[in-house]
Amino acid sequence: MEKFFQLTVSGVALGGIYALVALGFVVVYKSSRAFNFAQGGFVTLGTFLVYQFTIDWGLNFWVSLLLGIVSMALVGMFLERVVMRQMVGKPAFAVVLVTLGLLLIIEQVVRAVWTAPGLILTVPWSGGNTTVGGVTFSHTDFWTMGATAALLVAFFLFFGFTRAGLGMRAAALDQEAAAAQGVSVGRAFSLSWAIAAAVAPVAGVMLTSRGGSALTANIGFIALAAFPAMILGGLDSTSGAVLGGVLVGLAEIYTQGYLDDVAWLGSNFEVVMPYVMMVLVLLWRPHGLLGTPQVERA
Amino acid sequence: MTLDGAGRGEPRPHTPRIERTPRTQGFMRRMLPSPETGPPQPARLLTPLLPGVGAKVSTALFAAGVLVCPIFLDDPFWITVLANSGSFAVAALGLSLLTGFAGQVSLGHAAFITVGSYLVAFFGARLGWPLPAWLALSAVVGAIIGALVGPFALRFKGNYLVVVTLALIFVVTHVVRNWEGFTGGFDGVSTNKAPMALGSVDFANLELFGRQFSREQGLYYLSWILVGLGALLLRNLVRSRAGRAIQAVRDRDLAAETVGVNVARYKIAAFAISSALATVAGSVYAVGLRFVSPREPLAELFLSIRFVAIIIVGGMGTIYGAVVGALLLGPLPELVKQFVEYLSFSIPGLGRPLVSTLASENPLFSVSAFSEIVFGLLLVLFVVFWPQGISGMIRSLRGRARQLRRLGTRNGWARGTARRNATPGA
Repeated sequence: MEKFFQLTVSGVALGGIYALVALGFVVVYKSSRAFNFAQGGFVTLGTFLVYQFTIDWGLNFWVSLLLGIVSMALVGMFLERVVMRQMVGKPAFAVVLVTLGLLLIIEQVVRAVWTAPGLILTVPWSGGNTTVGGVTFSHTDFWTMGATAALLVAFFLFFGFTRAGLGMRAAALDQEAAAAQGVSVGRAFSLSWAIAAAVAPVAGVMLTSRGGSALTANIGFIALAAFPAMILGGLDSTSGAVLGGVLVGLAEIYTQGYLDDVAWLGSNFEVVMPYVMMVLVLLWRPHGLLGTPQVERA
Repeated sequence: MTLDGAGRGEPRPHTPRIERTPRTQGFMRRMLPSPETGPPQPARLLTPLLPGVGAKVSTALFAAGVLVCPIFLDDPFWITVLANSGSFAVAALGLSLLTGFAGQVSLGHAAFITVGSYLVAFFGARLGWPLPAWLALSAVVGAIIGALVGPFALRFKGNYLVVVTLALIFVVTHVVRNWEGFTGGFDGVSTNKAPMALGSVDFANLELFGRQFSREQGLYYLSWILVGLGALLLRNLVRSRAGRAIQAVRDRDLAAETVGVNVARYKIAAFAISSALATVAGSVYAVGLRFVSPREPLAELFLSIRFVAIIIVGGMGTIYGAVVGALLLGPLPELVKQFVEYLSFSIPGLGRPLVSTLASENPLFSVSAFSEIVFGLLLVLFVVFWPQGISGMIRSLRGRARQLRRLGTRNGWARGTARRNATPGA
């Protein structure tokens, strides 16, 4: 039972990270209907930027994180303006392909710039544990959950109560009508990419601190598990992204924790688990748990 | 429909051009050639395999080129490059059918390459099955797995399908790593001993026109024979009733269903055929590599993207586009490696070479990383600027030539063309 408790906390924390990455996808998808594969690349790039600022340049961790967030927001806006703006009104498949191409480029550029093996990104909270009633929780999990919760609240406040956030929702709903009401659709797109890229370093730093602070370019691959999270929750639902993230995180951690009991599944089955779960849920609800079913016209 | 039009003069700055994208279709709009117009051809019971003089001539030229190529080119490097492009072309033909003709997107194509590699390693190299047997087995197993994926494509469309096919990569990678009895686990397995004899013709030790050919040359012939067969199969498939149905499903599946097309059957069939081609390609490719070992899921994803790049650069919705794309992009890593001295110049201000095969020189990009960047760039550039690919460029050049000829006729030039175009009796 203690193990179950521990796994649950760990799973929710991991799910929170997935939820953050998935939120980045959903924000872009909602505003411009672009399915952004490059999000995984953003996570990799953002994390390495934070590493650069804090370890290489010796800045304070929090300053570096902030710098990482700001520079990623700029990267996101730049890519939107230079590449994705060309794709407005183009078929969805073309948009997917362009983001796939961006993913390839970003991943390889990161690998080229930070070549040294065995980089360590230390975070202020790494390593600590607290034992409550015989159950040990790592501080990383708490920090992750706290940061995720704070960011999620910020998201909901932003989209519910600010002018820019409401404008983005309007642009997502109907670009022409939004433009007629004075919403700058271009700025809404730009902002959505900035937000998507800005949450990436946060998620990446959290992922790195979970994995014992060792920094590898494979972090973008870990972020691939956020795809099932997003699809599971429904492509166009922010709360769906959170729900999907937590479900995927829990499924992954439970599989990892109890894998000995189901050894026939093979080692490292937790990597496959998010996808298995996604396919099963989609067979039941093809538009995700909280996604809007699309009405089709022939 | 655009916002900035409607007779209001200049578009406002910073306002993107907004077009309403139809929700139910248009997932690939404008990336495909426009449907052929013209009078319908009379249906024949037995349509000739290669209709028209043009098709016969170009096929004959192509076949002759493939046949004589190794005679003039006995450099093992180039032969291997061409053999590998052949394997890539077979797999790209499969993806071309699936994406270009059936409108289904897949990021799982690399998974079938992997399946094919391990099939030949186990049944060919270890159990010693003859060439036709392991080729047939690859095709059958690929078709079965593809047919299993097919039903998911009925349920999901567009972006959802992209991510669902991504699952295939993870499942296959997982199985490869864990089913060690079959795949050799992380250590990998050799494919070197796979038999390559078809009856009395041994591709590993080929004798043709009194010449002795090497294993590489034999492999080259084998893979390009498969390209020819695959292209012939596809070309005739897309002109058949089934092929028309598949394209109708791509263009508008609901409408296709209303006119009596069994959408489920054709989508599943498209997945099965495409996967069978990819699996066969994977087997032949693995024999060329002589060794298979498991790839990271991310590497599998990149390989899948490479296949998508191949059909986009070649041009979707045409058969030769896939082959052209595979010839250009398939051997890219090998080409980068071969011509690395032209790319290994030191970057000013950084003091590191751009690309190098030696890790000790601390290059900015390794050969494989550099090729992946080129794939990524080509994919982005083609999708943004030339979404119809090379075959689209050729088509528009042809169209322009025809237009010029027509203009010439009007001006009194090229009487011959005018006479040929005139309807008799008019």
